[in-house]
Parts: sequence; structure tokens; C-alpha cells
Amino acid sequence: MSLAQRILDSDLRAAARLMRDLDDGFRSAAEEMKSLYPHTGRAFILGITGPPGAGKSTLVDQLTAAYRQRGRRVGVVAIDPTSPFTGGAILGDRIRMNRHAEDPGVFIRSLATRGHMGGLSRSTGDVVNVMDAMGMDVVIIETVGVGQDEIDIVRMAHTTVVVSVPGLGDDIQAIKAGVLEIGDLFVVNKADREGADRTARELSAMLEMKQTKPGDWQPKVLLTEASRNKGIEEMVDEIEAHHAHLVDSGALERLREERSARQFMDLLRERLFAEVYDHIHVNGRFREIVEDMAARRTDPYSAVEMIIAERFTGGQTPNS
Amino acid sequence: MTERTLRILVGKPGLDGHDRGAKIIARAFRDAGFEVIYTGLHQTPEQIVSAAIQEDVDAVGLSILSGAHNALLPRVCQLLKEKNADDIVVFGGGVIPDDDIPGLKQAGVSEVFTPGTSTDSIVQWVRENVAPRA
Repeated sequence: MSLAQRILDSDLRAAARLMRDLDDGFRSAAEEMKSLYPHTGRAFILGITGPPGAGKSTLVDQLTAAYRQRGRRVGVVAIDPTSPFTGGAILGDRIRMNRHAEDPGVFIRSLATRGHMGGLSRSTGDVVNVMDAMGMDVVIIETVGVGQDEIDIVRMAHTTVVVSVPGLGDDIQAIKAGVLEIGDLFVVNKADREGADRTARELSAMLEMKQTKPGDWQPKVLLTEASRNKGIEEMVDEIEAHHAHLVDSGALERLREERSARQFMDLLRERLFAEVYDHIHVNGRFREIVEDMAARRTDPYSAVEMIIAERFTGGQTPNS
Repeated sequence: MTERTLRILVGKPGLDGHDRGAKIIARAFRDAGFEVIYTGLHQTPEQIVSAAIQEDVDAVGLSILSGAHNALLPRVCQLLKEKNADDIVVFGGGVIPDDDIPGLKQAGVSEVFTPGTSTDSIVQWVRENVAPRA
């Protein structure tokens, strides 16, 4: 039986294996995804992002518990960085989530970034789709600890929560571009620490400066203490409120469309590149071009035009 | 075909709170280029097996310093078997008397590393004995 069929029959090992094949870039995984794709598109996708040590994993653990209490099945995709030197990784997000290990309504998968920038792994979208096909009602994506510019999550998730903690910087940090622009909800975790109220105030002030139209979603700032389960119910309520807003305003449809377009473009880019690269690697053109560039007999711009012409237009350059 | 990255779960079953050894091993595996799923302290065998399945690991490495190895390690092997997952290699390390090792191997533990073993030799053993499952 195919992995896809086994996954639809609730076989956890098959699901785990397909996620591995996707992560390892196996071509066979594409065949399986073809059969699973019609069964996707039902899950609500929630993104949790924020700097290292902000308490993302602990929040995800508490959110998982809260969603389970509300009767939802929960998938978790937790991403940690790959070592740029050895390719190895220590994936430690599960440490905070062990109490859900035996709950059949929870499936947790750790992924390493494997060199991918943007806070997610290349495989994240596909792994989310597998969980969706497994019948998870909510899929929570926990990004790597982010700095200021890793914002892939906003294109993957329906609702994005930006987690902050007191004491990371002054209010100018809060008006910079990047991560702070993408939150549908802001959470100041470790709210028992000194400065939590100030951090929340600065975030609120930043949000108030944002130009909005009537009917636009107004992101709130909430205080939580994830390790003591404080503020979690309010957080889930606010996430649900955002979800309802997305549905009512028609924004969810638009997000789904954007996500589809993006997935198609990413795959197209990847496959086209692999197709061309494999070809010129095997026939020796790659080596030739690199050598010609070193000797300044050609430049990368002309070389790319030539290769595209050879591969797609039967030798005619695009401009001729 | 594309190459697999080896995935290994490192965890501490049972009640002892000494995780220095497990962390050193996790770090050595990372430096060897493996992906380590580190599940931390105080794990039940059930939690470990469930995590191993969800994470699709090739091997489970368990550190035990509590003396409960004769109960915990065979239990992990047994649960893996019940879940049709005994293709996942189990190895252990810690303060484990030599006399207990044959019984553990009988129960399905592939190797047992005792105090004084270098991290290099453990990495070497993994490279030779744990193949990424096809």
C-alpha cells in the first residue's frame, strides 16, 4: 500500500516516514503528495514566532493543551537550526511538550532548518500538508528563534503570533520593520518579569501608529506566563477571534490562494532549477561556463541567457 | 537518490536527574552531522517510543544512571516491537554493571556503553551499526 493510503488509514509510521522523505527531498514523496493533496486544506494553521528563549515551545505546549480541551486534534511542527559547519542539529523543542507524547490527538514533528533561511525549513509547507491530511484541526508551526527579518511564517500561517519578552530593547526596536509587522497577535511572555508592562505598552504604541481602515483586524498585545499557564485561554480566544475575522472578511480565502500560488511557484522554481542544473552538470556545460568566467571569456549574465535559450527556446536567445 | 540525514532520539528514561552525559552525547552526534531529537529528563518508555515513531528516527539512545536499566531498556524495546517499530535501533549508556549487559542485549538493546567510553567511539559505533532506514 502507498504511504498516502496508509496515512489516510491513520498509520502514524507512514506519516512520519513521508515527512522524512519530504525533508530528505526524495522524488517519490512528490507522488505521495499528489494523492494526499485532495485531502488537505481543512486545517487551521497557526504560526508562533519570536526570539530564542522567549518561551515559544512552552507556549506551544500550553496552546496544544488548550486546543485539546476544546476538542481539537493538534499537529505541531517545531523548527530548530542546523549547524552550518557539520549539518547536524539538536532539536530540543519536544522537551517542553512531552506530556502530549502519548495523546493520539497530538502529532509533534521536529524539523531542522537544513540551511534554509527565513525561520522555517524548506519542507515545512509539505509537512503541514501531511498533518492536514492526517485530520489535524489545528497545525501549530513554531519557527526557529528569529531575529528581525525571518518572516516566512506569515506566508505559511493563517494567524501569526509574535512572542516577545521584557527587556530586549527600547521602543525604537518596536518600530523597526520586519518581524514586528507580521503579528496578528502579540504576546509578551514571562510577564512576571520586570518591564513586562512597559514592553506591552511600547508594542501597543507601535500598533496604534499603524494606519488602518475600518474593518481591518486590530492586533492586540497580551501578557502571558506560559510556564504557569497564565493568559493562555485569553490567547486562544484571541487567536480564534482572528480566525473568525479571516473567515468573515473573506481574507482566509485570499490567504489560501496566496499560499497555493506560493507553493506552486516554490516548487516550479525548485524543479526548473534542478532540471537545468542537472542537465548542464552532466553535459559539462557548467564546468565550461565557470572556467570561461574565470578567464573573463564570458560573464554570468550572458551564460544564463545562453543556457535558458538552449534549454527552452531551442537555441534562440530571449531578446533575438 | 538523495542521501538521508541520520536522525537519533537521545533521552533519559526514569527518575534520575543527571543529564550531563546525555547532553554531551547529543552534542557529539550534532557535531557528527546527525539530527538529534533531544527529549530531556524523566521520560517514560511510552513517551520515548511515541516520540521515536513521530520523529521517524533511525535509533534511540538512552542514558540511565538510576540503576533501573534492567526495567526501562527492555520495556522500550518491547514497546517498539508492539508498535511494529523494532527496526529502530536501541542503545544505552550509563552506570550499567557488566553482568547486566548480556541480559539487556537479549532483550533487544544493540549496544551498551559504560563509563569511560569516548564520544568518538560511540559516534563510530553509530556510523557502523545504524543505517538510515530505506
